[in-house]
Amino acid sequence: MTNVTHAGTGATGPGAVPPAGGTAARRGPRTALLGLAGLAGLLLVIEVLPHTGLVSARYLPPTSRIMVALVEQLGEAEFWSALGDTLVAWAIGLAVAVVAGIVVGVLIGAVPVLRSVTSSTIEFLRPIPSVALIPLAVLLYGTEIQSTLLLVVYASFWQVLVQVLYGVQDVDPVADETARSYGLGTWARIRHVMWPTALPYVMTGVRLAASVALVLAITAQLVIGSPGLGALISRALASNAVPAMYALVVVTGMLGVAINLIARATERRVLSWHSSVRGEVIA
Amino acid sequence: MTGVVKRVGYAVGLPAVLFAAWWVSTANSDNFYVPPLRTILETFGQLWTLEKLQADVWPSLWRLAVGYAIACLVGVALGVLVGSSRTVRATLEPVLEFFRAVPPPVLVPVIMLFAGIDHTMKIVVIAVGSLWPVLLNTVEGVRAVDEVLSDTCRSYGLTGVARLRHLVLRAASPQIVAGMRQALSIAIILMVISEMTAASNGLGYTIVEAQRSFAIPEMWSGILLLGLLGFLLSMVFRFVENRALAWYHGLRRAQRGS
Repeated sequence: MTNVTHAGTGATGPGAVPPAGGTAARRGPRTALLGLAGLAGLLLVIEVLPHTGLVSARYLPPTSRIMVALVEQLGEAEFWSALGDTLVAWAIGLAVAVVAGIVVGVLIGAVPVLRSVTSSTIEFLRPIPSVALIPLAVLLYGTEIQSTLLLVVYASFWQVLVQVLYGVQDVDPVADETARSYGLGTWARIRHVMWPTALPYVMTGVRLAASVALVLAITAQLVIGSPGLGALISRALASNAVPAMYALVVVTGMLGVAINLIARATERRVLSWHSSVRGEVIA
Repeated sequence: MTGVVKRVGYAVGLPAVLFAAWWVSTANSDNFYVPPLRTILETFGQLWTLEKLQADVWPSLWRLAVGYAIACLVGVALGVLVGSSRTVRATLEPVLEFFRAVPPPVLVPVIMLFAGIDHTMKIVVIAVGSLWPVLLNTVEGVRAVDEVLSDTCRSYGLTGVARLRHLVLRAASPQIVAGMRQALSIAIILMVISEMTAASNGLGYTIVEAQRSFAIPEMWSGILLLGLLGFLLSMVFRFVENRALAWYHGLRRAQRGS
């Protein structure tokens, strides 16, 4: 358990056990009701604020106006194609980053000398903000989807790689030596010793990368203007369609929540055999 | 002695190889977009003079620092409040989760509506965008305070500020720091984005202006500087973290070793 805990330095800090989602069953109906009340309260505050004159309705339209704009958006083909573009860029970028991150991570883990050789380079490249690549993406690809992909892949690759590296480092030496003395080859040891050890970390990396990929996909579309929800938001702002802009912001938020929930559910499914998940079911 | 040499060799080896590869492969480059590394470095020296750093990098860093500091203070304060009460936590958690899930850069257009396009807008964008990881991690950290410790504090009569300082914040600090680390990378992203969208100075502005006027070596040198900045900030963060959480890392090592 302790070792897994270290893996989750991202979304919710060093807790392998995701606080939301999984605990739903334990939370009971009261918690769910309170949560709904909280959401309802937020909607109410946004509805009332513009009417009180504290905030101009030009800047913050009431909930009802945003809802209307949201429904209008749902009726437009442009919205659905933008949503599709965003999801496609997200999915392709994430897939490329995950595969690359796992392959590179396992390779570095399997060949010990690579670890010492690459660590300084990784430490240097990782914190480079991916938005620094925006001008380069514009020059190379203009407003094509590749621009978005360049940013998405760069940002999410490091999330996966770093977690995989934590994971392969965590292999129990006794298990590894046992496998060796049973005559398992390199490949078999990667498959049966290293991979199961690293899997919880890999899943943490994938979960983190999934949300980072969405952020970068929307950012790229917002700033560069490549097709997608981000571009739609900047267009709504330019044409002063404020309620529509808020509606689109809400959509991106819901997308983010959905991706989080799906990632956590996948994590639990894939790791259902692992003690960190099993333990929770028993508790 | 040989150990030190070996470690330095490992640390410098690959970067040197990559640097050389970049240098050689672009040495005779006539690709307009990929100028020789030599040209980029020469431009770097010419462009980022002390004056230019003061005019463009300083405002960026200042906004980053102010916005990030606000996010951390407000995030921890609100987080302690929300995390201390089970009812408040249950009520607000879905709302907070939603706000965290909104990709922070979409805040730029929203906050531009309220705060215009000046200094304030950028600081607010940075503060609001990087608030959520700190806030939610603090909530989670405060919630998970060890119950035995909490009861011990109570029976020793530790309440109020003392309890907050010695128990709650201390126990939650590993989580809070993890949130702050995440918040820092969001803050850097937002610093750049807000300057790319609307600004008259700043690092993001300089880079995007260079790209728009096809001043390619200048653009590359800006990207290099931004990368360097990201690296330096993460080093500073790690230094501070290692000092502040030395007790925690030591505890972890001891637990793992046993």
